[in-house]
Amino acid sequence: MTELLAYAAARYNYWVYILLMLIGFYAMVAHGNLLKKVIGMNIFQTAIILFFLSTSAKRGGTLPIVGPEALAGGVAPAQLMNPLPHALMLTAIVVMVATLGVALAVLVKIYRRYRSFEEDVILDRL
Amino acid sequence: MSGLLNALFLALLVILAVAAVRVRDLVGAVLALSAYGLVLALTWAGMGAVDVAFTEAVVGAGASTVFFLATLLRTVRTEQVRLPRARAASLAAVFLLGGLLFLATHEFPSWGDPASPPSVHVSPRYLRLGYAETGAPNIVTAVLADYRGYDTLVETVVIFTAALACWVLLGRPKA
Repeated sequence: MTELLAYAAARYNYWVYILLMLIGFYAMVAHGNLLKKVIGMNIFQTAIILFFLSTSAKRGGTLPIVGPEALAGGVAPAQLMNPLPHALMLTAIVVMVATLGVALAVLVKIYRRYRSFEEDVILDRL
Repeated sequence: MSGLLNALFLALLVILAVAAVRVRDLVGAVLALSAYGLVLALTWAGMGAVDVAFTEAVVGAGASTVFFLATLLRTVRTEQVRLPRARAASLAAVFLLGGLLFLATHEFPSWGDPASPPSVHVSPRYLRLGYAETGAPNIVTAVLADYRGYDTLVETVVIFTAALACWVLLGRPKA
């Protein structure tokens, strides 16, 4: 029983990310409203970023900011968070906003022509 | 304590994500998404990813919400009440994907393990030598602006392309 609890405690984070990703995925495939699909895409993307960032966490670790002691080789990498996923995910967030901006611009364009965000209404008017 | 806070934030995230997807009033959904972005930023700050947390608070909770609201101002604000099409098929796909991912987590290193594969490969070198090689005390800055500088440079091209695409789609303002 305690083994099972320890197993869950070491992995519940991953399960929550999967759950968030699935909520976004469901919104993208099941909802007919185009804006809801964009909201789902946003949740999906952030869930993946959350997963990547969690790989950088270290138990008992602190921020990856060092002082002059680094010049003397006094840095213990096991005590500092992994900075690489942080830098990569900063890029990912910027790309996320770029895709969001273009998606919303396309939505405005679609609305101007078909006066609706509902998928089946737009299909009827095509 | 920080583990408890993390669990609380994660639970809040799930609730807010469900709210953002379920609420029919689109302005309400967008505001739930904004709150989701804020809690996400807090979660990341708690995980030690402060640079990403700042960016998410500004961009995810701030700028994205403004974009969404600007879109809604020019369009409609309610989702029509109807059952999602092909609901069973969608749910089946969701559960299949979820089940596969859940099985995959068995192979993952336990959360926060300092000896996990992503933490032992390249990053210790950055942590040890980053300050001496780049002069930036914050190693995230060193990686972003120096070791992966071209990545960041081309990222501005992505933003420029996106801005160009929006301009082409929406045209110049009439006034």
